[in-house]
Amino acid sequence: MAQRVIKEIIDQQKIGPGYFKLVIKVPEIVAQAKIGQFVHIKWVAEDSGADPLLRRPISLNRINPAEGTMTLVYRVVGRGTKVLSKLTAGDKLDIMGPLGTGFSISEDTNRVLVIGGGVGIAPLYPLVNELVKQNKEVILLLGAESAEEVIDLSSFEEFDLELKVATMDGSLGREGFVTDYLAELEQEIDYIYTCGPMPMMKVIRDWAIDSNVAGQASLEERMGCGTGACLSCVCQVKIDGKDGWTYKKACTAGPVFPLREVIFDE
Amino acid sequence: MSKVNLTVDLNGLELQNPVTTASGTFGFGQEYKNYVDLDKLGGVMVKGTTLQPKKGNPTPRIAETPAGMLNAIGLQNPGVDYFIEQILPEIKDKEFKTIVNISGNTIEDYAKLAAKLAKTEIDAIEINISCPNVKKGGLAFGTEADMAASVVQAVRAETSLPLITKLSPNVVDITEIAQAVEEAGTDIISLINTLLGMKIDIERQEPILANKVGGLSGPAIKPVAVRMVYQVAQAVDIPLIGMGGISTVEDAIEFFLAGANAISVGTANFVNPEVTMEILAGLEEYLNEHDYQDVNQIVGKAMNS
Ligand SMILES: Cc1cc2nc3c(=O)[nH]c(=O)nc-3n(C[C@H](O)[C@H](O)[C@H](O)COP(=O)(O)OP(=O)(O)OC[C@H]3O[C@@H](n4cnc5c(N)ncnc54)[C@H](O)[C@@H]3O)c2cc1C
Ligand SMILES: Cc1cc2nc3c(=O)[nH]c(=O)nc-3n(C[C@H](O)[C@H](O)[C@H](O)COP(=O)(O)O)c2cc1C
Ligand code: FES
Repeated sequence: MAQRVIKEIIDQQKIGPGYFKLVIKVPEIVAQAKIGQFVHIKWVAEDSGADPLLRRPISLNRINPAEGTMTLVYRVVGRGTKVLSKLTAGDKLDIMGPLGTGFSISEDTNRVLVIGGGVGIAPLYPLVNELVKQNKEVILLLGAESAEEVIDLSSFEEFDLELKVATMDGSLGREGFVTDYLAELEQEIDYIYTCGPMPMMKVIRDWAIDSNVAGQASLEERMGCGTGACLSCVCQVKIDGKDGWTYKKACTAGPVFPLREVIFDE
Repeated sequence: MSKVNLTVDLNGLELQNPVTTASGTFGFGQEYKNYVDLDKLGGVMVKGTTLQPKKGNPTPRIAETPAGMLNAIGLQNPGVDYFIEQILPEIKDKEFKTIVNISGNTIEDYAKLAAKLAKTEIDAIEINISCPNVKKGGLAFGTEADMAASVVQAVRAETSLPLITKLSPNVVDITEIAQAVEEAGTDIISLINTLLGMKIDIERQEPILANKVGGLSGPAIKPVAVRMVYQVAQAVDIPLIGMGGISTVEDAIEFFLAGANAISVGTANFVNPEVTMEILAGLEEYLNEHDYQDVNQIVGKAMNS
């Protein structure tokens, strides 16, 4: 059951250009957290509660039940994440979680393709960890602007999997889009998981439809409540029926949706 | 701490305490059950309900603004029949009063909604008159006294349930609308709905909301709401439910002092899902500290000063 707790930050570090890693001890939430879920957070500052007003949704990058800790990795993109990046150990965070429906892993899949782009790589670490643990054959494709922005690279390198990287500036791996690797896949894939920028996921979805491979995508949408009440966060998902699609809430039905059913701003 | 009376009687609608949740911000109540002891709330105004299911607007549907937010959800809801059959059975036995917020685009829509709801076990209807009237080129019902009154009359004719009319702040003189809906037979007035606003993305050079304009809510609108409650309290004789930016017990008390008999919490639920419980506890404490036995004793106190 999701809950709200206020806890002190254990550690926060800059890990790349505008990228931060934040560790917090919240055993209550960590004990229940599943891969692909997120927390809805707000910093606690005396007398400045109204600015910025809303919480920010951030995915779980590490879930460590033994220590009761979780790690968030985020990129500074606006006012909220900027304020967050200034906090240090001892500062308080107001956390709602764990929230949403995360990734699920099927017993019937063996060779799995995981594709992450930019800060969208952050929620994939716990997924890949679990896939490897379950002895799946994992092909991991990571894309970013530059080498410094490939989150968790060294951790991924420790796994027994096939790893390929693409960067826009060519500073690591191939120069260009991570999706360029799709055309060159030699083996049959059973399943796909992805999280990243919308244009990237759109290419992957189209490829998945053409190749007849099912999968899951983790989406982002602006959130108010984080608990299914306000209908801010809806995503377009295909369904059977008159219109062929419906709006589903990213904060409860998502953020992870069936890849081939997602409609991206089309 | 001695026990103070928190029950309020709003012209026949009796609430166990004056803390309610604003329509569209609290779903159907259930969504907050992990954070709030729902049975302790005075009332829940459920999400705006329409005759037919509505998909709502494209996204982005919200944008953050200084001490506030804009929303253009577009009244996404499963429709009144689904509400009556699937949702009402789940919430009707709760201690809070179930207040159904209704929206329409014609006067007949409102009348039909009221007729359907009149036969159910809900506790009250809240008429959202901030909706566009398609027969008047999309002008909101709540912006003209005559139109506002016709909606209330049409709903009144269909039901004897307690009727709350929710006023739009996007008007020249809110007291004129308040008096018109009082005369048309509303039992209670709630105010305020959101203020129309816009935010522009300066890089993409276009409005952030897909709907372009949206309703401003949150702390930023509180002074406007307090002023409007204060004005309306002096213009009508029926009870008021005040809302607009209430985030703390101090905010809530301002509304009581301005003349509200009950309050509603909206956007603040997003910021702190437990805020209603904190306001309830804080209200009891304030009354005790100031030697009041009854919350009704502070209603309108600022009006006589
Ligand atoms: C389920 C989910 C998981 C996420 N996980 C991560 C993560 O692990 N790491 C990470 O860096 N980012 C993540 N994001 C995106 C992150 O929430 C936004 O980058 C952040 O809210 C931006 O806040 P800001 O104040 O810096 O930006 P501003 O642009 O100033 O924010 C203004 C408003 O828009 C919203 N907003 C802006 N961009 C986004 C966005 N891309 N998605 C959702 N809301 C947005 C903000 O929440 C805020 O309400 C996730 C989003 C979702 C929905
Ligand atoms: C996301 C959102 C959805 C809303 N939906 C409705 C609605 O369906 N019907 C209605 O009458 N008011 C609706 N409102 C207005 C609120 O009920 C309330 O009047 C307004 O937000 C001011 O209060 P606040 O500042 O506490 O949020 C909505 C507000 C928000 C923020
Ligand atoms: S964020 Fe409110 S419904 Fe999803």
